[in-house]
Amino acid sequence: MALIPRFGRKTVESPPDIAAAALRSDRFRLEREGDWKRLETIVSRMESGRLRKLSDDDVIALPALYRTAASSLAVARETTLDAATLAYLEGLVQRAWFQVYGPRTSFLGWLRRFLGGGWSASVRAIGPDILIALAAMIAGTIVGWLLVSSDVQWYHALVPGEYGGERAPGASVEALRGTLFDKPEGASGLSAFAAYLFSNNAQVSILAFSLGFAFGVPSILLLIHNMALLGAMLWLYHDAGLLVDFIAWLSVHGTTELFAILLAGGAGIHIGRSMAFPGNRSILSAAAESGRRAAQVMSGVIIMLMIAAVLEGFARQLVTDTGSRFIIGGFMLAVWLAYFLLVGRRLPATRGES
Amino acid sequence: MATASSYLAAQARRRRELITPEGLSLSLTVAGRGARFGALMIDYIIINVILIVLTGFLLYLAFGVIGLDRVSDPESAFQSLEFLAVVWLIAMFVFRYAYFLYFEIGPRGATWGKRILGIRIAARDGGRLTAEAVIARNLLRDIELFLPLVMIAGAQSGDGGLAGMAAAAWFAVFMLFPFFNKDALRAGDLIAGTWVVEAPRRTLAQTMSVSEAARGTSQATGAKYHFGEAELSVYGEYELQTLERVLRDNQPESIVTVAETICAKIGWSAGQGDERAFLEAYYTQLRARLERDMRFGKRKADKNS
Repeated sequence: MALIPRFGRKTVESPPDIAAAALRSDRFRLEREGDWKRLETIVSRMESGRLRKLSDDDVIALPALYRTAASSLAVARETTLDAATLAYLEGLVQRAWFQVYGPRTSFLGWLRRFLGGGWSASVRAIGPDILIALAAMIAGTIVGWLLVSSDVQWYHALVPGEYGGERAPGASVEALRGTLFDKPEGASGLSAFAAYLFSNNAQVSILAFSLGFAFGVPSILLLIHNMALLGAMLWLYHDAGLLVDFIAWLSVHGTTELFAILLAGGAGIHIGRSMAFPGNRSILSAAAESGRRAAQVMSGVIIMLMIAAVLEGFARQLVTDTGSRFIIGGFMLAVWLAYFLLVGRRLPATRGES
Repeated sequence: MATASSYLAAQARRRRELITPEGLSLSLTVAGRGARFGALMIDYIIINVILIVLTGFLLYLAFGVIGLDRVSDPESAFQSLEFLAVVWLIAMFVFRYAYFLYFEIGPRGATWGKRILGIRIAARDGGRLTAEAVIARNLLRDIELFLPLVMIAGAQSGDGGLAGMAAAAWFAVFMLFPFFNKDALRAGDLIAGTWVVEAPRRTLAQTMSVSEAARGTSQATGAKYHFGEAELSVYGEYELQTLERVLRDNQPESIVTVAETICAKIGWSAGQGDERAFLEAYYTQLRARLERDMRFGKRKADKNS
C-alpha cells in the first residue's frame, strides 16, 4: 500500500475504509484499487505519448503493477460478481498489456532503423524472389520486342494510345528523336506530370506486391505485361536507330524506377511463394511472416519511386546528352546496388517478429 | 430479454482468449465490422478535411504571399506554380499513408477514427505489434478498397466486357473478405498477422457495499432489511448484474419499478420512498450469497437455472 501516495498531479485520495465494505469481494477490491489506479495513470500517460513525464519509479513499477492487476483479474473472475469492477479490470489489464507489448519504436524511430539497414537487410532476405521477378521482367521485355518485331500491330495492343503519344510505329526518326531530346513545348506542367507518374507507378508497384497474395501468379503476369510495353518501345527506337539514345533517356530515372518495380514484384512473389509452400508453419502464419518482411521492402520501394519521379521531372529535362544521361542512370544503379548489398550487413536479419 | 441475451450471445461469439507470452490469459473482443467501417469513414473525412486545408494554404501561398498573379515574369511564376503542384501531389499521396502509419504504430495502436469508436489493432498471435505489420496492413488497403470500386464502376459501364466483370468479381472478393472469416480479418490483416479488437476505456466505478444501506440499515427510515434463504434463492447472476446497473445508473423511476418487481417476487413490501435502501440491501445480500456459492464452485447463471 506504500504505492498509493504517488499520484502525481491529483490530490492524494484518502485510503479507502476497507473494513466498511460488507462484502469480501469488495474488500479484496478496496485493498488493491490503489495499485490499479496507479497502473491506470501510468498507462494513460504512455498512451498519450508523454513518456518523459513518467518518473523512474513509475517505469520500474510498471511490470510489477501489470502482473498484480493481471493476477487480481484472475482472482476476481472466480470470486466477484461485481460486473463493473470486472469490466474495469479487464480493460485495464488489456491496456497495460498493449503498453508492455506495444511497438517498441515510434514512427520516426522505425524510419531511422529502416534506413540504417533494416531495408537493405529485408531486400537481401527476399533475394531468390527478386531473381524470379527479374527473370519475369527480362522475359517480358524479350516477349514485347519479339511480338512487335514479328507484327507491328502488336505495338498498339501493348502500348496504350495516350501513353505512347508520338511514339508509334511509322513515326519519323526526327519525331522520335524529338521525344528524347527536345524540351516539351512550353514545359507544360512537366514536373507535375512526373509526380502524377510517380503516384501511378507507385500504384503499379503496390499492385504487384498485393497481388502476390494469389500465390504470386498475378504479380508475375503484371511484371511481364508492363515489361512487354518496354520491349515494344525498345524495338520502336531500335528500328529508328535510336536504341542507345533511348536507353540513356530511360536510364536517368529508369534504373531507379525499374529497380523499384523489380523489388515490388519480388515482394509480391515472396508472399505468394511462402503461402504456396508454407513448410511447417500454418498458411496464415507463413503469410504474416512474409508479409511483414515484404512490407519493409515495399516502404522502400515507395521512397525509390519518389526519387525516380524527381529524376524524371527535373534531371532528365536538364541533361540532354546521351553520355551524361548514362552517367546519372549508372550512378543511381550503383548507389542502389551498393546500398542493398552492403548497408546493414552487421545487423541481424530483420524478422517479422524481431 | 430475448434481445439482451442475443446481444450477449453475439458478444460471446466475438470473444477470444489470448495467451500472452508470460502465460496470462487475456480476453479480447474482436471489433465489429460496422465499427471498423465507421472508423474508416471518420478517418477519410479527417484526411480529406486536412488535405483541403493544406490545398487552401498552398493556394494562399501561391497567390496571397508570393503573388503569382502579379509577377511580371511569367516563366518564373510558372515554375513556382509547378513546384507547388508537385508538393501537393506528393503530399496527397504521402499523407494518406503517414496518417495511418503514424497513429497505428503509436502507443494507442489506433487512428482517430478507431479511437472514437473504441477499437485498436493488435498482433493476432499475442506477441508484440511491429511497425512492419502496421505497414503491411496499410499497403493492402488500396487494393482492397479503391481498386474494387474502380473495377466495379468499370464493369458496370461494360467497357471491359467479360474480363472486366471477372476482374470486378476478383476484387470484390478482397473487399468482402472480412465477411468470410470469423475474426473479420481483411486481407491486410491476414498478410500482416494483425486483427482489430475492442479497446474499452472504463473508469473504476464506486464500490457497492460500503454504504450503510448496503449493510441492511436504511438511513431514511432506520428500517433493517434482512433477507432469508428463500428470498435470496429466486435470482441468479444475470439478475444481480441487472440490479447492479440499475443502482449505478440511479434513475429514480427504474429504481422504483425494480423494487416493486422484486417485492412482488419475494412477497415483501418496501416502504414508500425507501426503495434505494431496500435495493442496496437486497443487492448486497444476494451478491454475498452468490459469491459464497461461487467460492464453493456452485454458480447460478440466472433465475431459471
